[in-house]
Amino acid sequence: MRYEAPETIEGAVKLLAGGGPRGRVLAGGTDLLVQLRAGMIAPELVVDIKRIDETREIREEGGRLVIGAAVTGAELGEHAAAKAMWPGVVEATELIGSTQIQGRASLAGNLCNASPAADTVPALVAAAATCRIAGPGGERRVPVEEVCTGPGELSLDDGEFVVAFEFPERPPRSADAYLRFIPRTEMDIAVVGAGVNLSFDDNGRCAAARVSLGAVAPTVILVEEAGRALVGTECDDAALQNMAAAASAACRPIDDKRGTVEYRTKVAGVLATRAAKIAAQRAKGAR
Amino acid sequence: MAATSNGKANGATRWIGTRPVRPDGVDKVTGRARFGADVHLPNMLVGKVLRSPHAHARIRSIDASAALALPGVKTVVTRDDFNDLSSEFVPAGEMLVNYRDVVRNVMAREKALFEGHPVAAVAAVSEKVAREALALIDVDYEVLPHVLDVVDAMAPDAPLLHEDMITAGVEPAPTKPSNIAKVVEFKLGDVAAGFAEADIVIEREFSTQPVHQGYIEPHSCIANYSEDDQAELWCTTQGHFVVRGHCAKLLGMDVSKLRVTASEIGGGFGGKTVVYLEPVALMLSRKSGQPVKMTMSREEVFRASGPAAGTRVWVKIGMTNEGRITAGEAVLKYQAGAFQGSPVQPGCMCAFAPYDLDHVKVIGYDVLVNRPKVAAYRAPGAPQSEFAVESVVDELAKRIGMDPVELRLKNAAKQGTKAAYGPTFGPVGLVETLEQAKAHEHYRAPLKPGQGRGVASGFWFNIGGETCATLNLGEDGTIALVAGTPDIGGSRASLCLQAAETLGVDVERIRPLIGDTSTLGYTFLTGGSRTAFASGMAVVEAGKDMIRQLCERAAKVWDIPVEAVEWSDGEARPAGSNAGEFDPLSLADLARLAGKTGGPFVGRAQINAQGAGPSFGTHIVDVDVDRETGRVTIERYTVIQDAGTAVHPSYVEGQLQGGAVQGIGWALNEEYIYDDKGRLQNPGFLDYRIPVCSDVPMIDTVIVEVPNPTHPYGVRGVGETPIVPPMAAIANAVEGALGMRFMDLPMSPPRVLKALEDARIAEAA
Repeated sequence: MRYEAPETIEGAVKLLAGGGPRGRVLAGGTDLLVQLRAGMIAPELVVDIKRIDETREIREEGGRLVIGAAVTGAELGEHAAAKAMWPGVVEATELIGSTQIQGRASLAGNLCNASPAADTVPALVAAAATCRIAGPGGERRVPVEEVCTGPGELSLDDGEFVVAFEFPERPPRSADAYLRFIPRTEMDIAVVGAGVNLSFDDNGRCAAARVSLGAVAPTVILVEEAGRALVGTECDDAALQNMAAAASAACRPIDDKRGTVEYRTKVAGVLATRAAKIAAQRAKGAR
Repeated sequence: MAATSNGKANGATRWIGTRPVRPDGVDKVTGRARFGADVHLPNMLVGKVLRSPHAHARIRSIDASAALALPGVKTVVTRDDFNDLSSEFVPAGEMLVNYRDVVRNVMAREKALFEGHPVAAVAAVSEKVAREALALIDVDYEVLPHVLDVVDAMAPDAPLLHEDMITAGVEPAPTKPSNIAKVVEFKLGDVAAGFAEADIVIEREFSTQPVHQGYIEPHSCIANYSEDDQAELWCTTQGHFVVRGHCAKLLGMDVSKLRVTASEIGGGFGGKTVVYLEPVALMLSRKSGQPVKMTMSREEVFRASGPAAGTRVWVKIGMTNEGRITAGEAVLKYQAGAFQGSPVQPGCMCAFAPYDLDHVKVIGYDVLVNRPKVAAYRAPGAPQSEFAVESVVDELAKRIGMDPVELRLKNAAKQGTKAAYGPTFGPVGLVETLEQAKAHEHYRAPLKPGQGRGVASGFWFNIGGETCATLNLGEDGTIALVAGTPDIGGSRASLCLQAAETLGVDVERIRPLIGDTSTLGYTFLTGGSRTAFASGMAVVEAGKDMIRQLCERAAKVWDIPVEAVEWSDGEARPAGSNAGEFDPLSLADLARLAGKTGGPFVGRAQINAQGAGPSFGTHIVDVDVDRETGRVTIERYTVIQDAGTAVHPSYVEGQLQGGAVQGIGWALNEEYIYDDKGRLQNPGFLDYRIPVCSDVPMIDTVIVEVPNPTHPYGVRGVGETPIVPPMAAIANAVEGALGMRFMDLPMSPPRVLKALEDARIAEAA
C-alpha cells in the first residue's frame, strides 16, 4: 500500500486518477483506518488530503460559510462563527465518536463513508449544503444529498474527492438543529437521526423548512413533504404533528441489530419534532 | 508468646478500614503494568485460531496442507493433536468442568457446536502470515440444524448437540438423549401447604439474555515449550493454578513442569476462570519449538468466550394479606452453551435466599444450546433467578400497598434462618441493609413527575478454599507478600492491609506480588468473592507464623523464655516479669540480626479457608422513561451492602459501583443478536452495549459491616452480590414510572416503546 500526502488539489486529483478503484482518500481516518485494520478494505493507494489548505480551513465568504473537507470535529466545535450560523451542523459533527475521535473525524469522511446513519449528513442536507468536488474533469458542485447513492456507494467518479462544504447564505430568523437516537448517551451509531433547518418571516411564520432523516433508508433522505408541512405555519403542535407524520411516512428502514422498522419509523417522527422545536427556538433567538 | 493484633485489644484497627493508594496503581496509570499481551520473547511466533463459521456442523475433514506450505507458517494444530479425555468433573470457580468437554471447547472434535468454535490454529512468523494461513485451511463441514433458545432446545424434536447426552438427576433415567444435561431440585417444607396459607399468589415468567462479562482486556497468553518438555505460560487469568491444571491435563504434562504466571488483568468478572487459548498456544509451541503468543480480537472474545447464561425463569410466590410470604416456587431453565455446566444450581440455591421461608421448591434445568459455553460472571446464576423473585416480591408489595422495603424486612433472612439450599445462616446483614435503605435520604427524596423508584435485594454465598501465602522479611525489615490469587479488584491492597494489621507494621513497608505457580502451593483461583477473605486469612496466618518466629528470636537474644515475649505495635517486647527489662526489638532490628540469630524469616500459610460469610445487598434506583422513544435513564442509584468488614473501603465501594453498572447494562441494553444461521451480529462494544460513563449517574454506596465471625477481621466477600439486585431494582423502578412490568430483559428502547404503543392501542380499543 502506497501512502501519499499531496499539498495541492491538483496533486491529489492526479494521484487519485492514477490510483484507480483501489485508491482511497484519507481525511481523519476514523473510518478508513478501522476498515483497514478489520481487513474490510485493502487499498493500493491512500491519498491523505490533510495537507491541502482548502481542506483544512473554515471561512466566511459574503455571509456564506465554507468548511474544508478535513476540518476536524474539535476544530469546528470551537469555531464561534460556524456555531452561530449552523448550530445543528456543528452539534451533529460533535456527536461523532469520542473526544479522541473528535480530534480527527471530518465532515467529508463522515459523508464519504456513505453510511445511512452518518450523523453529519442529515444536518448538512437540512442545511442545503453543497459539496465542492475536485476531479480530473475540473471542479463541480453537488448538493450533499446527491453524493451518497446507497450504503457504501458514492456518486463520485474515479479521481474525484470532496474539497469543502459550502453553505447557503443565512437569512435572518433562521436556525438548524440535529438530534439522533442512540440507546447509549455517546459512543454509538444513530438508530435514527433528524436534521431540521428553519427560517421564519417577520410575522413568525415558517418561511422555509428542510427536514432530513438518517438511518431510516439506504441513504440519508431529504423529506420535502415534512418541510412543506411546516412552511406557512408557526410550527405549532398541529403543524409539527403533520411534519412528524410526513417524516415517519418517508421512512424506508430495515430491521437490523440497531433497531426495528417499527421503532425507527416511529422515532423518526419524534426526533424530527424535537429537532424542529429546537431549531424554532434558536431561530427566534437569532438576529 | 502472646501475639496480639495491633490495636485489636481495644477493638480498634490501625490499618483495616484505611484507604492507602493501591500498590499496583502507579504502574497502571503510567502504562508500565504488563497485561496478557505485553510480553515478548525472542523468536516468538504469532498464533491464530480458525473458527467455525457455522453454529452447528459436523467436521468431516480438515486439510491444512496448503497452510503448512505457506512460507512463514511453522505449524498447525487441530483436534488430532489433542488426546481425547474421559468424562471427569473438577471444580473451577464456582462451577464444575469436565475435561472431555474442556478439550472439545478449546478445539472442536466431532462437531463445531457454536459459531466461533476453534477448529484449527496456526503459528506463523507474523500475524499477517498467520491470517493468510487460516484462509488456506480447508475444513469440510456438514452443516446441521442449530438451536439457540433454551425453550426450543428442550423441545423433543430439537437438534441435539451431544447425541449421547442422557439427562442426569432424573429417576428413572431417560432412555432418549436430549439437550437437557441435568435437572436439579431444592426443597424445603411443603409448597402446597404454603400456598394454601396464602391470600395472594402471583406467578410470572421471566427471561434474561446472555450477557458478556465485558472485560476490556481480551484473552491473551504466551507459551514457551522447551525441548525437555518443560513449559512456561504467561497469561491473563483469574487463576493460574487452575490454568496450570487444565493445560497439564490437556497436554499430558506433569504440573511441576508447567510454570504459569498470571499477568496483570484487565478485568475478569468470572470470565477468566477457564482456558481458551492457553492449551492451544502450548501445543503450537510444543510443535514448533518456538514461543507462541496468542491474543483474541474483541470479535473473538464475543464469539467464543463465555457469556452468562440466558434464562427462562418461572416464579410463583404466595403471601398473606399482612405481607408474610408463605411459599416460593420456581422453575429455572438456564442456557449452558455448547457444553453442560450452566450455573443453574447456584441460581436455584440463591433464588429465595434473601427470605426466611418455610416452604420453598426450586427446580433447575441445565440446557445445551449452540452458543459459546457459558462462563462464570459475578455471582453466576444468581442475578437471573433473583431478578424474577425480586420482581414478583415487588408486585406483591404493590398489590397490598405495602412499602417494598417493609415487606422485605418482614420476611428477611437473618441469623438462624434455614436457607432452602441447606445451611442455617450465621450472622448476616440483610436486615441491616434494608434498615439503611429505609433510612437513606435517597429512599425519601421526592421523585420528579414520570419517574419511578425501585428497590431489590440480593444474595451471594461467597466461598473460601485452598490458599497459600508467604511473607518474606527483607534484611531491612520490609516485607514481600506473595499471594496466589490474581488481583482483579484491589485485593493486593487489601492483603497488604491485613498483613500490616497482623504484624503491626506500616502498610507501605509491605510490597505485594502475585507469585507464579512454582512459588506457592496450590491456590484456587480468584472467584467466589474469596480473595480478600481466603487469601486474607492466609496472609494473617502467615503473619502469625512470622510473629512466632520473631518472638522466638527475641527470646533468644534476651535469653528469656519465648512465653515471656509479646508482639505488639510491630515490635517484640519482654512481657510478664521481664516487662521493661530489655529494649523492644522492632521488625527491622530482628531482620538485621537474622543472620546472627538463626537465619531468615519467612512466614507461611497453607490453608483451606472455611466459613465464608454470605453477603446481602439492597439497591435503590430512580429511573426516568422517555415515553416517545422508550429510553430508560438511570437518574439516581444507591447500593447498600454488607461487607463484613471493609478492609479498603474505596475498593469495596468500587466493587459495589461496578456491580451496579454491569447490572444496569444487563437490565437495559446488553444482548446477543444472532441471524437465522446462528451467527452473532454484534460481536463488539459498538453494538453490544455495555454502559459508558455518561450512561450512569455517580453510584452512591453505603457499606454495612456485620462482621463475619470466622475471619480474623470479619471479612466477607463483596465482589459478586452487587450485580444481583440491579435488574429487578430497575424493572421495579420502570414499573413505578409506567405502571408496566417488564419481565423480559433487556428493557431496551425498542422493547419499552413497543410495550407503550401496545398499551396505547389497548387503551384506545
